[in-house]
Parts: sequence; C-alpha cells; structure tokens
Amino acid sequence: MPMDKNTPVLIVDDYKTMLRIIRNLLKQLEFDNVEEATDGQEALAKLRAGNFGLVISDWNMQPMTGLDLLKEVRADARLKSTPFIMITAESKTENVIAAKQAGVSNYIVKPFNAETLREKIEKVMAHA
Amino acid sequence: MPDGTAGPDPIEDAVRAVLGSLSGDLTVTEAALLAELEALGREVTRAKSEIAALQVDDITASHIPAATDELDAVVAHTAAATNEILDSCEVLESMQPRLSTEDAAALSGAVTRIYEACSFQDITGQRIGKVVHALKAIERRVASVTVAFGRAVQPAAEEPPIAGRTEGEELANGPQLPANAASQEEIDRLLASFD
Repeated sequence: MPMDKNTPVLIVDDYKTMLRIIRNLLKQLEFDNVEEATDGQEALAKLRAGNFGLVISDWNMQPMTGLDLLKEVRADARLKSTPFIMITAESKTENVIAAKQAGVSNYIVKPFNAETLREKIEKVMAHA
Repeated sequence: MPDGTAGPDPIEDAVRAVLGSLSGDLTVTEAALLAELEALGREVTRAKSEIAALQVDDITASHIPAATDELDAVVAHTAAATNEILDSCEVLESMQPRLSTEDAAALSGAVTRIYEACSFQDITGQRIGKVVHALKAIERRVASVTVAFGRAVQPAAEEPPIAGRTEGEELANGPQLPANAASQEEIDRLLASFD
C-alpha cells in the first residue's frame, strides 16, 4: 500500500538540529504536514489536541522520555493505534525490548540514514 | 589537629584512648599492639595531611565547573555550525527546480548525505552530556570525602534520587560505545523475533 504523504506527522526530539534534519528528510519523502515537539509532555499535549497519523520520537528527553510518551499513547483510547517510530541513540537490547513491550511500531538507532527512515515509515504505515 | 582541620577524629581518639589505658610493664603482645596503634595513628595523620594538600576547593570550585563550561561551549559551537550547514543545504535544495533532472537527483543525493552526517551533533552532544554527568559525580565524591575528613567544603548538588524514576528514565543511557551498541540489523532481527 502506498504511503499517504498527507498524513500529519509529529516529530519529537530535544535537539533542535535533529528535528530540523528529520523534518528535511521527511520533506524529501514528500511529507509536508509535519509538526514538532521537544519532549514527551509537549508531544502528548499536541497528540491529544490534534489528529496525527505518525509519531517519530527520540527516547532521551526531559521531563518525559520517548518511552514514557509511547506508554501514554498506547494507554489512550483515541491515540493507541497511532504508528510510533522510536529514533534514538539508545542501542542496548534492553531498550529495544522495553520499547517493543510498550508497543513501539519500529525502532531506528542513531545515526541513521534516509533509506532506513523511508523503509520503516513505509512498513509501519502499511500496517496502520 | 596536625592539618589544622576542625573537629575530633574518631580513629585518633580511639588510638589515644587505648594508649592511655596501657600502663606499667607491657607484655610482648601489648607492645606489638602498641606499635600497631602508633603506626595506625601516623597513617591517619599522614592521610589527612595528603587530603588537605589536594586543594579540593580548586577542584570543586574551579577545575570541574570550568571543564563542564568548556564542554557546554563545544556543544553550543557544534549546534551553531550544524545549523549553518543545514541553512546551506536548504538553499541548495531550493535550487533543484532550476537544474536538469540528472543534476537535481545528484544534488538531492548529496544533500541527503549531509543531513545524515549532521546527526553527529545529536550523538556528540549526548556523549558530552555523559562526560559532564561523570565530572559532576566526581565533584560530589570529592566533596563527600573531604567532608568526611573534616574539611568544610561546600558539597556539590545531590543527584536526583533514583527512586521514583520512570522506566524510560532508568533506561536512558545515551549512546553506547561501538563495541556495546546493537546495529540497526541486530535491532531489526530482535524486533522480528517478537512477530
């Protein structure tokens, strides 16, 4: 199934440069409907107020981490089926297992390339 | 006190109390014990003098804060440079419609590689954050040791308590060294094993 490029995407990272990089890579993939948040709390508020079809989130943020955001999303009746990709430098096996158990749709380890991002987005949106 | 610090030392007090209780002719065992206690007392005095000579005030008040400031400046400079690079990439991308299909594709490919490379700023920023965290832990330990030896050093701010941290915070360790990090392929295989 082709990706719906009009899907509203929320990207979450506490590094402004990383938000800009992901936004530009998404633009190259023709996703133009992109919003940003700099931590889990801000992201959760935007998700509850909006209608996002994909979340791409970092893990290591304060005051709410990406894993805790993922748990909140999966516990929310309206948001629980939103595709959620973790993009993080957390590359330990225990992190991947914890994210999977919390319901992550896919997991990308930093540094990553554009092709990996495209492939994972395509995969999670095909199952959405 | 030999090093000029304030307050009684429990070890020295104990040594003096034992020495004071020994009077009259000593047995061989008591003499050996006395020698051991005297040696212990000298060791305590020497250790306290060495700790006093460490100039820990310089470490906690100057060296470590200066080192963390320098590292913060490194993060700020790399962030500024990365933003300059991203600005330039965006200008290049805006020129794509004026190029031939072949040249536009080549430009797009090159810009994509620059975007990918720019993620170094995030990774290095997190690694430097781990170093700053380690320096602050050292600062706290130094302050604790000097307080334990009677020097009035201002203790560094305590780390937040471990209790009450979420699973996400507990598992947030930042980038691993290459030997300890799982690759994207290993992560993909691990995720697939759940299906």
